[in-house]
Amino acid sequence: MKARLPTGGEIQRDQPLSFTFNGRALQGYAGDTLASALLANGIHRVNRSIKLHRPRGIIGRGPEEPNALLQIGMGAHSLADQRATQVPLQAGLTAQSVNGWPGLGFDVLAVFDRAAKLMPAGFYYKTFMGPTGWWERYERVIRPAAGMGKVPDGPDPDRYEKRYLHCSVLVVGGGVAGLTAALALGRSGVPVVLANEDTAFGGALRASRASLDGQPARSWVAGVVAELEAMAHVQLLAATSVFGHYDQHFLGAIQRFDGVDGESPIRERFWKIRCERLVLAGGAIERPIAFANNDRPGVMTASAVREYIERYAVLPGRSAVVFTNNDSAYATAYSLIDAGARVTLVDSRATPSPAAAQARAAGIHIHQGAQVDNTRGRLHIRSARIRRADGGHDTLDCDLLAVSGGWNPSVHLYSHARGELRWDDELASFVAGNDLAGVSAIGAMAGTFDTGDAMRDALAAADRIAQTLGHASAEITPPVVENAEPGPTRLEPLWLVAGTGPAFVDLQNDVKASDLKLALREGYRSIEHVKRYSVLGFGTDQGKLGNILGLGIVSELLASHPAEIGTTTYRPAWSPVTFGALVGGDTGALFDPVRVTPMHAWHVARGAVFEDVGQWKRARYYPRAGEDMDAAVARECLATRDGVGVLDYSTLGKIDIQGPDAVTLLERVYVNNWQKLAIGRCRYGLMLDENGMVLDDGVTARLGETHYLMTTSTGGAARVMAWLEQWLQTEWPDLDVSLTSVTDQWATVSLAGPHSRDLIRRLGTDIDLDADAFGFMSIRTGNVAGAPARVQRVSFTGELGFEISVPADYGAALLEAVFEAGEPFGVTPYGTEAMHVMRAEKGFIIVGQDTDGSISPLDLGMAAMVSARKDCIGRRSLARSELRRPDRPQWVGLLPDDPNQVIPEGAQIVGGDPVGHSGQTPMLGWVTSSYYAPRLGYAFALGFVNGGRDRQGDRLYAWDLETGPIPLTVTAPARYDLEGSRQNV
Amino acid sequence: MSTVPRPWRTDMLTIHCPWCGPRDETEFSYGGEADIARPAAPDGLSDAAWADYLFMRTNPKGWHCEQWNHAHGCRRWFKAERHTVTYEIRVTWPMHREQP
Repeated sequence: MKARLPTGGEIQRDQPLSFTFNGRALQGYAGDTLASALLANGIHRVNRSIKLHRPRGIIGRGPEEPNALLQIGMGAHSLADQRATQVPLQAGLTAQSVNGWPGLGFDVLAVFDRAAKLMPAGFYYKTFMGPTGWWERYERVIRPAAGMGKVPDGPDPDRYEKRYLHCSVLVVGGGVAGLTAALALGRSGVPVVLANEDTAFGGALRASRASLDGQPARSWVAGVVAELEAMAHVQLLAATSVFGHYDQHFLGAIQRFDGVDGESPIRERFWKIRCERLVLAGGAIERPIAFANNDRPGVMTASAVREYIERYAVLPGRSAVVFTNNDSAYATAYSLIDAGARVTLVDSRATPSPAAAQARAAGIHIHQGAQVDNTRGRLHIRSARIRRADGGHDTLDCDLLAVSGGWNPSVHLYSHARGELRWDDELASFVAGNDLAGVSAIGAMAGTFDTGDAMRDALAAADRIAQTLGHASAEITPPVVENAEPGPTRLEPLWLVAGTGPAFVDLQNDVKASDLKLALREGYRSIEHVKRYSVLGFGTDQGKLGNILGLGIVSELLASHPAEIGTTTYRPAWSPVTFGALVGGDTGALFDPVRVTPMHAWHVARGAVFEDVGQWKRARYYPRAGEDMDAAVARECLATRDGVGVLDYSTLGKIDIQGPDAVTLLERVYVNNWQKLAIGRCRYGLMLDENGMVLDDGVTARLGETHYLMTTSTGGAARVMAWLEQWLQTEWPDLDVSLTSVTDQWATVSLAGPHSRDLIRRLGTDIDLDADAFGFMSIRTGNVAGAPARVQRVSFTGELGFEISVPADYGAALLEAVFEAGEPFGVTPYGTEAMHVMRAEKGFIIVGQDTDGSISPLDLGMAAMVSARKDCIGRRSLARSELRRPDRPQWVGLLPDDPNQVIPEGAQIVGGDPVGHSGQTPMLGWVTSSYYAPRLGYAFALGFVNGGRDRQGDRLYAWDLETGPIPLTVTAPARYDLEGSRQNV
Repeated sequence: MSTVPRPWRTDMLTIHCPWCGPRDETEFSYGGEADIARPAAPDGLSDAAWADYLFMRTNPKGWHCEQWNHAHGCRRWFKAERHTVTYEIRVTWPMHREQP
């Protein structure tokens, strides 16, 4: 580790860790980040840039890093685009560059750099404009050339979780301001959560030489953290990035455990935080200066250089040039000198500040009023060229160039929630405006860089919050701060140094100052447009280094004040968020609840093929050996029509309705009459929405004087329940009626076919099954196969049918008994597909398959069902002229000429000779259901045709993209047992 | 319900259900503008008057009286006064009671 200093830092020298970078075995220490460990090994160059394939090195120290985006780990565990500055070093870690082939030193695609003049902003979109659709082809070649990392080669094997967090106060940022605020609030007794992006609390204090009340900064931090940890009402979240700030104090955060807590079974946790008061103490990020070739490895922000020295005991270069326009970089110069480096300062300010005068007195060589206007060094910086105040040039040999163009307060989280940003001329950057109710921005984020001032502000903010929440002030005396590093004091804005060569503004996206000039030349003025045209700030770093720099350059080019150019609104996420964390545990079997009936195991044992109906698993058909779906469905239909078939009907929605006004409710929500329904009888009902469109249908039975049982479609059960509740609670609170969903409480076995009555007899029942005693559309209560049961005599297939409902726990036993008792009749299980075919033969609708929310009962030919005696939901809408139009789509049967041609469902119906038309044929209707009917011996379909009831016998065509026009004849919907003689036996 | 809880004042998307107290906004579903009374005799209405009931809403920029349902809770409907710009809900109260 050739760049590791012999002493200092907070790395644990007794815990060496081995890792690899691009296959090279390297060593670092516990406490390192991947970036500090690479620098300790003398490695700056980690990538090639995305567009121009220029060599790039580590430039920053935290979330702002635009270059050191590495592929971490192998196989399915592999993570793309991880910022090396935020990856804790772990034993066995493998890291790879995402760009550069065959190697970082020699990249074939570096030819793009030579051709950079030919590839300005907008190059791709201008060059690869046509022909239409070809962009997708170009993209296949361009994307791999632009390094984005690799997706893992399998499903993510790591575990994640989501949690809610409610607190009185959330403090974001564990630097000096955030820690002080949390301490004061904690001592006041306010429940506080403190989230810190870094694994270690302290922010800038971790790399500071300041003392607080005589203690070294890091000891003071340790003391505060220990005190906070001991408070039961304070929760500390380390390694937690608060990535988004949404309406009304709702924030999203990602807590990282990977590399932080080796014991944790989860990699990351997604916190959804709601707080009453929010304290934002996000700090600030140092910004670079744009000058020619400012992107070479070895060019870093001054604060990053200082942090690597002070915190990680890594000296990033032995011969350093520090280029600054403000006082803060002087601390970096001292750190470099104390670590043994040679330092030359280039200070762009014309007159020396007191800090500069002091440094000169200490013997540091300073080029006052000079600017770095170019650099040399193909793979690493070798020298910096400076233009002196007198206009002459010097070349300074160096292996490190530390740059400070000032500091940008990290106002992102403040801006997410539409907080106002205010331009501060002294900082030449935006600060939080403090206009958001319940949100306090403090510390560097609010423009307060002085450590003592930041603590005083934090204490004042904490006191205000404690008092509004009914707690006393903590009465903390701010510590005496000595030797604190200067902030960006006496800054003189310097955005772009004149010179020849690419001056980079956004390193991650390879946006140069010349691209911004081009955008202005092409007429863009709004910074929003300039950004989009040049892709400034559109990388995963969200322009943390480049956005304000770009704004400064544009304002200079336009000769206007930066505040007049405006800034874009910052949007979540502050830093990239893993999809896995957002998903949490909701994957695989937990993605969506799966509902199964009490008889599910039986279906599985019988080899059923299932289909999803809402969240339900329903048996679709039961193939025997060698059968495909068509064969199985045909067999199931015929066995039912000729003998007896059994369907698990438990999924149907069931609502128990009780109360004196139950019948009034039914009258108001169903189109038909319910007043005269006798106890023990049931009736089919149709439900509309207020627009007159079909909402649901089903059979409702009268069990007692004021007791009804409503069934709904399987998919509509929850919707209908909510619909009835809404009307009862909001519009008809005077009705004395109660609703209970009993869908899961009853298991229902549906028997259909001429032998269904015989089968129940064999099962054993005390219910009189004679046709005279138990007529069609009746319900009886009694015992079946020893279980308490409700038996409903209804039919959806057109055959004699009984639905036996038993308490859910009896369901499996009942089904077993049915198949035992039914053996002499050749009892056959049938699935939803055969049920669909048989009901279609009868011309019955399935709500949701045949209707789509735009179909009225008039369209279905069910006008006669709509009672004229009373009002109901949606009835008035049926009188609207639009719904009375004779050419509305109407429910019809569709009979293809070819009896074996099953028309694809969804096909459009067209008229005339569609072959002769050229895409201008008007649609006359559409197909909603289509099957081969085994009993009838031909294929048929159901659907809608404009004015279809008057078009019976007409020759029309179904249009299928693959088959072309399918000739058919319009018929009535029903085609099986039109007299209903089979169900009335 | 024997006693009606006091009307909550709230400034967050933690919605105060009049029956259950403060709960996360994700537990609730929105039911549109409140006090759109269903006409007593729809048959007697002109198409225009019926359309007014069906489709026309005040859609204000500012305070708006709404119906909400504690769908993943007590399933009770209640009323809320919500600001359509700031989303602040300043008061919620049970259906069929006077606004506090």
